[in-house]
Amino acid sequence: MAIRQPDLEQEAFPAKGSPLAARVRLEADPEEGWRLYCSGSWLAERLDAAVATLKQVAGRLRDTRVVWDFSAVSQMDSAGMMLHLHYRRRLEQQGCRQEFLGRSQEQQELEALLLRYLPGERGRRRSIAQRLLAPLAALGRTVLQGLRDWRAFLAFLGENAVVLAQSLLHPLSLRFDAIAKNIEDAGVRALPIITLTSFLIGVVIAYQGAVQLQKFGANIFIVDMIGISVTRELAPLITAIVVAGRTGSSYTAQLGVMKITEEIDAMKVMGFDPQRFLVLPRILALMIALPLMIFFADLVGIFGGMVVAHLHLNLSWSEFIHRLQNVVAVKHFWIGIFKGPFFAWLIAVVGCFRGLQVSRDTESIGYYTTVSVVNSIFLVIACDALFSVVFTELGI
Amino acid sequence: MSSETAAPTEVIRVREVVTRFGDNLVHDRVSLSVRQGEIYGLMGGSGSGKSTLLREMILLLRPQSGSIRVLGKELDRIGRAEAAWLRRQWGVLFQSGALYSSLTVAENVAMKLREYTRLPAAVIDEIVRMKIRMVGLPDHAADLYPAELSGGMVKRASLARALAMDPRLLFLDEPTSGLDPIGAEAFDRLILELRDMLGLTVVMVTHDLDSIWTIVDRFAVLGDHRVIAEGTLEEVIHQPHSIIRQFFWGARGRLRSAHGQ
Ligand SMILES: Nc1ncnc2c1ncn2[C@@H]1O[C@H](COP(=O)(O)OP(=O)(O)O)[C@@H](O)[C@H]1O
Ligand SMILES: [Mg+2]
Repeated sequence: MAIRQPDLEQEAFPAKGSPLAARVRLEADPEEGWRLYCSGSWLAERLDAAVATLKQVAGRLRDTRVVWDFSAVSQMDSAGMMLHLHYRRRLEQQGCRQEFLGRSQEQQELEALLLRYLPGERGRRRSIAQRLLAPLAALGRTVLQGLRDWRAFLAFLGENAVVLAQSLLHPLSLRFDAIAKNIEDAGVRALPIITLTSFLIGVVIAYQGAVQLQKFGANIFIVDMIGISVTRELAPLITAIVVAGRTGSSYTAQLGVMKITEEIDAMKVMGFDPQRFLVLPRILALMIALPLMIFFADLVGIFGGMVVAHLHLNLSWSEFIHRLQNVVAVKHFWIGIFKGPFFAWLIAVVGCFRGLQVSRDTESIGYYTTVSVVNSIFLVIACDALFSVVFTELGI
Repeated sequence: MSSETAAPTEVIRVREVVTRFGDNLVHDRVSLSVRQGEIYGLMGGSGSGKSTLLREMILLLRPQSGSIRVLGKELDRIGRAEAAWLRRQWGVLFQSGALYSSLTVAENVAMKLREYTRLPAAVIDEIVRMKIRMVGLPDHAADLYPAELSGGMVKRASLARALAMDPRLLFLDEPTSGLDPIGAEAFDRLILELRDMLGLTVVMVTHDLDSIWTIVDRFAVLGDHRVIAEGTLEEVIHQPHSIIRQFFWGARGRLRSAHGQ
């Protein structure tokens, strides 16, 4: 009993208003009450006009006789039948007596089939009190989620510390190949973007400074300014932010996908601790790579400043380097490098932690990657501020 | 039911299709045809190009040469509007289910209805719940996420999604693989029942001998890059080709073939 077998040659694209679109017309019935003339093909994608009419007229029909006339309906699929059943139920609730005319054998079979599977009324809507309390419930859930995050993070750090301690006791158990590969991915491959950003930062700082210094005829101090600001603050911060966006996010995405594809579970059951095999190599690799990258960013940033000093302030290359050597204390450089491992640790730990938090749906990868980058950039900046205060108080 | 009519309409016609990926020749002039209302099986060993052929029928892949005609449309000369129309005429059940993991089962099923129709939300909701029941899922499955479903439930949910718009054509890629024998049998029966109820034409990739025995009307066996046999079970099973002999008379097939039916 095949219910719907429209012939293949039938027109595939009914134009708007073509006779193929499903339609409903409300008229007074010759005997009593109202008549709903249905026509056209009641297939899912052609129901728009019928839906619009039914929406309009259904509210008006109360406590009366309604005759559904289907004699002009050419085809009907389950969406069409469900639309009819929906409004039939609605009219019934409004006290209408309904009759049906001109239904084909196929339509009756379809109706019987659908009635067999038709779900009952859905549970009632949420009450007003529940809806008013919803924001409060959401707030509570968010707070709770935040607390759980913290607890999970602390547990993660604990595990991480244990694995690190074990590895330090048995240094040969470290995954050197994984570390090397991660240094290449996170460090070497990031050099082009680091070059570009730190060069531009050097140029911008020098340019802004040059204008001010020229007013006082203090051109030469551009060297102090660049030398200190780039090495001590800007190169570490900019590098860390670029790395957080580039490597932190990729750590989260990599581990997240491994979580979804159950690779992490596979490692666990084979006795490979993901902390030792995945997390620790990434953390160590970044802690090694970031200071080196900061050193590189120092060079490029200062070079950018030198170019501007040369072009704009007519300071020769040799003068610049001479003053850089004599005046700028090397401690600024070391402070900048010293921050590197701390920033790297924050970025890698947050990236890996968020990656392992990914649940089994694909959307959560996107969510946690975003969260990971936002978290690590914030933490890097907060950490930098802390260092600033501490070093200043210490008089360094 | 299916092929009693005098001149059965060809719903899909594949002619001389050649497919290669780089140097890997997958199909070498493959031809077959699927008739209206039948359950058509695509059989063959792993890697024989069953899924690839299926992907070519549903406009996911283009063969190097040859022609495929689906519902009267020639796929290699098809325009955008016609392709869009075709895509509404079929439902596809992918090998892994391919449910959208960030949506609930109900949202997965409702997706096409929401996009392509302007039905009121309440009607869509009713249709969705009806389809979910129709494929044999419990009502509460509607609000679960794919990650919370078992393998068999994923297949059923994915079938409900494929059926959402009452397709004429249903493509199934190994619908019963990964299911236990009881679940697989139930799923086979479901497909048969739905075909009879909804008047579907079904193309299913399978290497499940039980499905071939119980529900498939006609099938093609792919091997050596071509179709080595096409027809009903009786027509195919006694052919002398070595692949067919292995399939039906190998250790696993023999039991079925000896005691079958
Ligand atoms: N996207 C692709 N790129 C390259 N080769 C492919 C691709 N898809 C399938 N193949 C190759 O085509 C052949 C047939 O694959 P497939 O159709 O998936 O086989 P099966 O019959 O098991 O479903 C295999 O050799 C496979 O390696
Ligand atoms: Mg396959």
